[in-house]
Amino acid sequence: MLKIEGLTAEIDGKTILNGIDLELPTGEVHAIMGPNGSGKSTLSYVLSGREGYEVTGGSVTFNGIDILAMEPEERAATGLFLAFQYPVELPGVGNANFLRTALNAQRRARGEPEVDAMQFLKLARAKMKALNMPEDMLKRGVNVGFSGGEKKRNDVLQMALLEPKLAILDETDSGLDIDALKIVADGVNALRGPAFSALVITHYQRLLNYIVPDRVHVLMGGRITRSGGPELAHELEAQGYGQAAA
Amino acid sequence: MPAVAETIEAVQSVTEGGYKWGFSTDIEMEFAPKGLNEDIVRFISAKKNEPAWLLEWRLKAFAIWQKMETPVWAAVQHPPIDFQDAFYYAAPTNAQKPKSLDEVDPELLKTYAKLGIPLKEQAILAGVEGAGDTPAEGRMPIAVDAVFDSVSVATTFKDRLEKDGIIFCSISEAVHKHPELVREYLGSVVPQADNFYAALNSAVFTDGSFVYIPKGVRCPMELSTYFRINAKGPGLFERTLILADAGSHVSYLEGCTAPQRDENQLHAAVVELVALDDATIKYSTVQNWYPGDAEGKGGIYNFVTKRGACRGARSKISWTQVETGSAITWKYPSCILLGDDSVGEFYSVAITNNRQQADTGTKMFHIGRNTKSTIVSKGISAGRGQNTYRGLVRISPKAVGARNFTQCDSLLIGDQCGAHTVPYIENRCMSAKVEHEATTSRIAEDQLFYCRQRGLTEEEAVGLIVNGFCREVLKELPMEFAVEAQKLLAISLEGSVG
Repeated sequence: MLKIEGLTAEIDGKTILNGIDLELPTGEVHAIMGPNGSGKSTLSYVLSGREGYEVTGGSVTFNGIDILAMEPEERAATGLFLAFQYPVELPGVGNANFLRTALNAQRRARGEPEVDAMQFLKLARAKMKALNMPEDMLKRGVNVGFSGGEKKRNDVLQMALLEPKLAILDETDSGLDIDALKIVADGVNALRGPAFSALVITHYQRLLNYIVPDRVHVLMGGRITRSGGPELAHELEAQGYGQAAA
Repeated sequence: MPAVAETIEAVQSVTEGGYKWGFSTDIEMEFAPKGLNEDIVRFISAKKNEPAWLLEWRLKAFAIWQKMETPVWAAVQHPPIDFQDAFYYAAPTNAQKPKSLDEVDPELLKTYAKLGIPLKEQAILAGVEGAGDTPAEGRMPIAVDAVFDSVSVATTFKDRLEKDGIIFCSISEAVHKHPELVREYLGSVVPQADNFYAALNSAVFTDGSFVYIPKGVRCPMELSTYFRINAKGPGLFERTLILADAGSHVSYLEGCTAPQRDENQLHAAVVELVALDDATIKYSTVQNWYPGDAEGKGGIYNFVTKRGACRGARSKISWTQVETGSAITWKYPSCILLGDDSVGEFYSVAITNNRQQADTGTKMFHIGRNTKSTIVSKGISAGRGQNTYRGLVRISPKAVGARNFTQCDSLLIGDQCGAHTVPYIENRCMSAKVEHEATTSRIAEDQLFYCRQRGLTEEEAVGLIVNGFCREVLKELPMEFAVEAQKLLAISLEGSVG
């Protein structure tokens, strides 16, 4: 269970989050929708621990553990995964190399045995096949020269390999064509189960046709203004944030 | 990739901080008296039982050196060096002339063990009967000439190499056993008067390696020299000469470490390479001399002259260097491309952290027709480090069809370091093609965060990003040393972020 209580945060002294309260029970997928500038990305960065986002009040616990006190890599090791709106390029760093380093870093942090190169390759190939991804993706540099869609697929592959307990998708659908959108959705849906939860942050209802959320929350002005079932997303799409969110 | 796991492991192993190789071996030393004059040059020559011609050669170099001025054009700063306040000869007394490996001082062997010298080699150095030709399990055989302060201590795999007619020994030994080769080629690429430090080296060089690869022979293993400065005070003036006869091929690697000392120590080496028709020499360096402490106290002054001559048609000389150590690095491994269709390459990674300074690069002299050169330089600056790429590409009027490609990339970590690029291009040939590309970048916050969100610590992330940045150069290193180099990159940048 992810529990956010009265969370306030600022960037460069400017308050962005104004007291967020949210409960995401384990096994559920919730969507957060909101207009530009409502604090969606800030929320995902605060949850994952990016520098420059200062928490000024409130608390966040994941399965009872206070994650705000943890380093980003410690949060990752507890199972928190952020799918980036704009995945970052790492020139010269091979994708397979990066993925295995990340996987082993997390395993080590959790006191689990590391996987060797052969085990990793087997694992990665199986995941890629399941996601219908070309194998040469492993050989390329991390996101270097990838199209927007390929970068998102790569993020999904990372998610599939790292098997997080909590995935936060930060507008991961932006700039995706319908095929890539489906791949992202398939990746999330494949992980759905009683031990997995996800926070799908999005601007549009479109992604939610493929990842059907258990709950939908509307984020405006740095706080949750309304919550409802999946039908709320359709309502927002039809009426716009101005009317529906109030 | 196991290499990255090793990188991470390496970073963890040094989180206590400090220079891993900063131990000193307690061995009785035999010093030359302090200071430098003609008598010291004679002392060194006499100690080594040198023939008269070599003493004359040294004395001539000394006379030239006395008239020279310390070079000041490099972008490095250090107090004036008092050349009279130093020792110019220090040899481990027990190992001065090891006739057999049994004579090697056990303390030395301990030192090598601590260094993790790729010696199965350890057993060979320890004098284990019959260990000479069998490579350690799972390793490529590597022949090692270990130079401890000024004296070459042991050369492994000699017997096996001799079967192919390959000569791999200390230069002192070569002076006695192969005087005709040494006399013909010594100073033929780097003359005594070449520069201040080369002249000094020519006068007082104490040992180094000598390699001769006969016609048409492909050297069956990597040849390697391991240098180590141990004595308190003396500089290390080694001299290396590698001759690749027509159609031969050799890959050579030098690695260096030095114990931690408060005072600065001078290392002024000269390396000369000669490649005849169709010969290839690949020379790789992994340099981690003691860089000084975080405040810039102590550390090695690494003032080195390295030059190769592609004398034969279609010959090739390739320099690869990973420079992570030394307080100051002043080094320009160069190629004289005399033979038609000859090829020169320079691949370099230089890291400066804390107060380290590096002024390094290459010179490519295109003289023959259709000569080709490639320069790839990766400079990484962290802390208050200053990193300069200085390069010259000179194309003579006769070098019809010459081609050069240069790429200089700088990576900055933090906001107190500096990266500088000083490329000179002198083209006197209309048909030549010269390309130069340069970039300067930083490790971006979003890259670090991306890695950390996936579970890497900040130091792991930096290690990974830096290794990625250097990939083009690291892939030029022999496999085993590439792993070591990756570790070193991570170690050198420890504490540079956060």
